[in-house]
Amino acid sequence: MVIKTEPFVLNIGPVHPSTHGVFRMRTTLDGEVIVELEPVFGYLHRGIEKLAEERTYTGVIPLTDRLDYLASMSNNLAYVLAVEKLAGISVPERAQYIRVLLAELQRIASHLIAIGAFLNDCGAYFTPFLYMFREREKIVDLLEMVSGQRLLYNYMRVGGFAQDIPDEFLPALAKFVNQMPRFINEYDRLLAENEILLVRAKGVGILPKELAINIGASGPVLRASGVKWDIRKVDPYSIYDRFDFEIPTGSAGDCYDRYRVRVEEMRQSLRIIKQAMGQIPSGAVRSEVPHLIRPPAGEAYAHIEAPKGELGFYLVSDNSIAPYRCHIRAPSLINLTALREMIVGWKIQDAIIIFGSIDITMGEVDR
Amino acid sequence: MVANPGLSLQHYWQTLPPNWPGGFWWHWLVFTVIIIVFVLALVMGYIWIERRGMGRIQARLGPNRTGPFGLLQPVADAIKVLLKEDIIPARGDKIVYWLAPVVAFAPALMVFAVVPFQDGALLADLNVGILYVVAVSSVTTVGVFMAGWGSNNKYSLLGAMRMVAAVVSYEIPLVLAIAGVVLVVGSLSLNDIVLAQSIPFILLQPLGFIIFFIGGCAEINRSPFDLMEADSELVAGFHTEYSGMKFAMFYLAEYAEALAMSAIIATLFLSGWKGPVLPPWLWFVIKVLVVFFVMVWTRATFPRVRIDQLMALAWKFLLPLALLNLFITAIEVLTWPTALPWVMVPVNIAIMVVLVLLWSRLSKLGWGRVEV
Repeated sequence: MVIKTEPFVLNIGPVHPSTHGVFRMRTTLDGEVIVELEPVFGYLHRGIEKLAEERTYTGVIPLTDRLDYLASMSNNLAYVLAVEKLAGISVPERAQYIRVLLAELQRIASHLIAIGAFLNDCGAYFTPFLYMFREREKIVDLLEMVSGQRLLYNYMRVGGFAQDIPDEFLPALAKFVNQMPRFINEYDRLLAENEILLVRAKGVGILPKELAINIGASGPVLRASGVKWDIRKVDPYSIYDRFDFEIPTGSAGDCYDRYRVRVEEMRQSLRIIKQAMGQIPSGAVRSEVPHLIRPPAGEAYAHIEAPKGELGFYLVSDNSIAPYRCHIRAPSLINLTALREMIVGWKIQDAIIIFGSIDITMGEVDR
Repeated sequence: MVANPGLSLQHYWQTLPPNWPGGFWWHWLVFTVIIIVFVLALVMGYIWIERRGMGRIQARLGPNRTGPFGLLQPVADAIKVLLKEDIIPARGDKIVYWLAPVVAFAPALMVFAVVPFQDGALLADLNVGILYVVAVSSVTTVGVFMAGWGSNNKYSLLGAMRMVAAVVSYEIPLVLAIAGVVLVVGSLSLNDIVLAQSIPFILLQPLGFIIFFIGGCAEINRSPFDLMEADSELVAGFHTEYSGMKFAMFYLAEYAEALAMSAIIATLFLSGWKGPVLPPWLWFVIKVLVVFFVMVWTRATFPRVRIDQLMALAWKFLLPLALLNLFITAIEVLTWPTALPWVMVPVNIAIMVVLVLLWSRLSKLGWGRVEV
């Protein structure tokens, strides 16, 4: 006897433990296999781009915190770079170095969460997640030291910083930089060769090189597919051209490569921090900037290598105190566009880890 | 014996442990109470160990507010869960939905009828003891599938389907691993199996132990085989829709099953209640807790396997290995029936290492992508 079967629709999300926010995947399942998938965005839309038009240039900075809330410093950096480009403001040396330090710290913090959440999606019951959070906690403490905040820092300003870093910051940072490689190695020893992780993640959710380039993917997702593309190298912003670091790339473009690339990037970030710490000059941390910035009419686009990919701010000025238009190129959203191609044909369990390995923040996807 | 109504009470009396005083009903009453108290107390202990132990493994404290060392946390959980609203899905199958938690929980208790707490201290020394355990413990699956079906929820149904698939597959290597032990002992009664263990069978049947432990973890859906309630995919799997006391029953059943499985493992492979100095029942409890701690350890350490990998593990790895184990054990029992156990220990461990290493290189787990 043959029992007739038919595919059925399963809504994964918007309320689901593994959608990293309010994302919805409308999947059609044939048994356990996903035969069709339609991503649905927009549940967290807050109109940040429109809100930015109502605020002064400085007032937009707290809004940028709320994009990728796991990497607020990077968002701050991308935005202030755009405004500085628009208004032609220069930044003191010391501030440049501190920006690099904070952005790289933020990259490590964001990657730690990405790896922890990815392994949680694989079903490792919170242990890697909490270990990663233990390390992230140290970074959050450091960032709290400079900004007074633990999640939404709102620390960078156009032309520099709100205030100088406290004296105890650099010694604490040195201690962290010395400790961290040991923890990264330990996690590698525990996770990298884990048999279950290998069979779950290797060869799963392959994003081919051509497709990755065509959809405009960036960050670890693009590099895992074997493209050596990092804004810090190809279009150096701030002072990244002064540091010596590698761009780790994967080869297969599968979930495992995306995980490995992130681990290697943490090591490279530590390298950059070490170099920057040695060279940091004294002096002012903020150039003379008027309270209400009125950039000349025109437009500017600044992009940085945020933890999740190319984060860009496109600003249009009409010589008023608020941006005429503020467009945000969010890496999470653009990396997600190949989700269907990556997931269809895999099982529902794979869909979860493929989605987790892209590492998105819904605050950035929906803005 | 239970199934045969023709047997008289007098006949039953003869199957009772000889050194146990009192008549049939006294015996029945005392042991039913002992089993219920034992299961409920140890399940609470399990919940505590799981939460505190995982807390330590995960570099955090775990619950420590209720009572000394958070010992009363299971009590607090139970009270909380009792006070919750009892929700029945409007379009669910109400009778099935109602019955499912009971069907899932009862077998876990029934298993203990044949588990010896010390020499002869058991409810019924069935001559088919281990067969009874295998038969009764698989009834839980029916309860889980009833829950998955009755909830009218896609996540629940997927979880229940996975559970059925897993249990049907893992039952076979599990029983074959038990058969190895039974061959050595020559009896199906759990009391006889314990008495026969002059050295723990984990040493004499190492391969069988590994197969049984992995199969047991899959059977009771402990990590890394916890696909039926995979929290990262299926929200809560088959009990997604359950709340209140019905959820508590499933929670209880989950741990009671884990307790039953660790009691069986302790009895079959760790020489049950045997041990020096301490009283036998205490040895039994200690061994059960040690087995459970290993389960907690694996849960806190390993990622979850995929459903096709779960099946592949059962059919491609455990089943052939279990057959080989049975075959080798049979040869050993036939050829050297009088060999000292200590002589066989290194031989069997060597065989296990070779087989496991060979087999893990021979074939591949899972199938990967499906063209659609």
